[in-house]
Amino acid sequence: MNTDQSQLPILIVVIPLLFSLITPVVGWWKRQWCCPLVITALALSLISSVGVAYRVVVDGPVSYYLGGWEPPWGIEYRIDHLSALMTLVLTFISLLAAIYSKRSIERELPEREPSFYCVFLLLITGLLGIVVTGDMFNLYVFLEIASLAAYALIAIGEKGAAFSAFRYVIVGTIGACFYLLGVGYLYIVTGSLNMADLSQILPQLHHSRVVLVAFGFLLIGIAMKMALFPLHIWLPDSYTYAPSAVSALVAPLMTKVGAYVMIRIMFSIFGPVFSIEIVPTTTLLTSVAAIAILVGCIMALAQVDLKRMLSYILVAEVGYIALGVGLANRNGLTGAILHIVNDAFMMACLFFAVGAVVYKTGTRNIYQLKYLHRRMPFTMGALVVAGLSVIGIPPLCGFFSKWYLILGAIDGQQWPFVVVLLASSLLSAILFFRVIDNAYFDHIHARNGDLHHESVISPPERMEIDEAPLSMLVPTLVAALGIVVLGVSSMKIISTMIQHAVPVSF
Amino acid sequence: MIRRQDSIIITTLTRLLTPFIQLFGLYVIMHGHSSPGGGFQGGVILGAGFILLAISFGIDEAKQRFSEGLIAVFSSAGVFIFAGIGLLCLFLGANYLDYGILPVVEPRSLGMLGVEIGIGITVMAVMISIFRDLLTFE
Amino acid sequence: MDLLISHFNYFISICLMMVGLYAMMAKMNLVKKLIGMNIFQWSIILFFVSTGAKHGATIPIVEAGHSHHGAEVILQASHYVNPLPHVLMLTAIVVGVATTGVALALLLRIYRTYHTLEEDEILQKMR
Repeated sequence: MNTDQSQLPILIVVIPLLFSLITPVVGWWKRQWCCPLVITALALSLISSVGVAYRVVVDGPVSYYLGGWEPPWGIEYRIDHLSALMTLVLTFISLLAAIYSKRSIERELPEREPSFYCVFLLLITGLLGIVVTGDMFNLYVFLEIASLAAYALIAIGEKGAAFSAFRYVIVGTIGACFYLLGVGYLYIVTGSLNMADLSQILPQLHHSRVVLVAFGFLLIGIAMKMALFPLHIWLPDSYTYAPSAVSALVAPLMTKVGAYVMIRIMFSIFGPVFSIEIVPTTTLLTSVAAIAILVGCIMALAQVDLKRMLSYILVAEVGYIALGVGLANRNGLTGAILHIVNDAFMMACLFFAVGAVVYKTGTRNIYQLKYLHRRMPFTMGALVVAGLSVIGIPPLCGFFSKWYLILGAIDGQQWPFVVVLLASSLLSAILFFRVIDNAYFDHIHARNGDLHHESVISPPERMEIDEAPLSMLVPTLVAALGIVVLGVSSMKIISTMIQHAVPVSF
Repeated sequence: MIRRQDSIIITTLTRLLTPFIQLFGLYVIMHGHSSPGGGFQGGVILGAGFILLAISFGIDEAKQRFSEGLIAVFSSAGVFIFAGIGLLCLFLGANYLDYGILPVVEPRSLGMLGVEIGIGITVMAVMISIFRDLLTFE
Repeated sequence: MDLLISHFNYFISICLMMVGLYAMMAKMNLVKKLIGMNIFQWSIILFFVSTGAKHGATIPIVEAGHSHHGAEVILQASHYVNPLPHVLMLTAIVVGVATTGVALALLLRIYRTYHTLEEDEILQKMR
């Protein structure tokens, strides 16, 4: 057995894949062993990614040749600082989501747990493969694995789920086909599919029209997968009607992986010189991102359904990351990468909490959550922490990423985006205070329709704590704790990992 | 709901042709690495042979020959063979899917043959499964 | 006119792509949208494979006499068509088939819930 540490990069991807095949077979034999197997697989993957991240921080980027063939003839797995950070975040959040899903799936899909967990692990395999690989076509394969698993998982929800998933299929397939077309153009003109090799060959071809078209197709394809405005139409419906365990896994992770691919394409393959000076990507990207932030926040204000509101907030968060990438200076890109990490934790905590509320009360309507802080104090506490982080209050993590984004906007002398970022914080404050208000108090005018008489009645005397089950509560609290820990240790994360991920020329 | 065909020509021809279709599918899988063909193509041919059987003889009889549990076992087994060969290479000391380290006569050629067989089994099982699900719809 | 004839494979794949895109956008029936998506994917696959072709080149199969058991024969790589796009497109075809399978299963579920496959009727029922 080759116990050399150099085999860890492949184990990150292969362990969930193998367990996704073992789980249905074991599950048909004994159903109770499904969830422990899934948790084992993700824990092993987390340990491998911690090992690889340690090696990357100490030694520098790690390369792994699949099949022993050297690049550019073979497929190469290349883990540098950005990839290591992404694998850590992905494995940790998916482990939390797996622990969370046990009770939720028992209630929503009683007889089909083995198949559910098989597709669950395949989705995680696809996402991990996207961030680990260093080959353009291999990325397409993993992207499609993750997308197909996501289509299937989203479709098992409630009444509107199948149609929303069909819409997601159409839009997602167009996006993946555009990505494939971009890879094809690059292959025709350079003859290589390896990312490191392309970054060496492409500078000589900067003024070729084929490279320009390839860049356009790649970015539009990835924007469709990432739900960047105006290609975000599939996102609110899909994430609202999906089961709670599925939206807890898919919502924090899929759009962030799309943002990772965009950063790779723009800065690692095509290089900052091409992306900023030759093609005015940054002006286009920043304007689109600013509109995304505003549209996301404003549409979230109009929602009554709690999960739909969170989906629109997710559209706004993707806008933040795209804004940071588009600003194209050191502070902006640092803010964008930090926001990828922070937003994964924030969205995970929010969707966990909302799923727990649905599990216990059966409703997602904001105006029907009364005195929830008495019945489910810990869940509402986690919701409040995550909400404060989305607004951007120190020392929670959301503050630090927004701080770097605003610094980046100021560095680039782009004052409208500073205004947009501050306005979105205000809008998020309105959004979350509305939820907290409805959950913590019970106003008379909400019941009588009498708008003039607004007083707060005191809650009934005895309201026991009817908290969510432990396997759903612990991931929520761990995610909330993670938000606080990430906020406090932001500087450490930036100095060890993110500052090596930003291109040197910034 | 597909019922058994009334015409005797169709049923007899199908009965005669199916072994040859399956043999051809196996031939395409085996010769994948040195002529046009391979795992996916051979798997589709094998699956198409079964679909021909289902169309001619009715879905009930076809369901008897391939139960749902068997389909699940076949599809998992195929991917297991592929991932398992890769893991075997990992255990023997080389990188994942590095066939050169296998202790057989022509390691790279036989390693590729092994994964092609795995792919063929999985593709056949998935084709049959999709067809079954589309038909057992009420 | 020269451009049309010399790069005719590009124009054909663009036409197919636009047909697929039109079907996805303008048709109301969900199965027709699915077929449009299929046409879109296959046009890209055709385009890729056509870029590997060369004048006077043969298929990338080594003949029986050239096996490594026999005598050492030096192969000229320029005699053969580029096999890499073929291999990549095999994977893309499999991905297309899998996506079609998933989409068909989704259509079955939609039909079971709404008893229709027209998009405007489904949207009305969803309100």
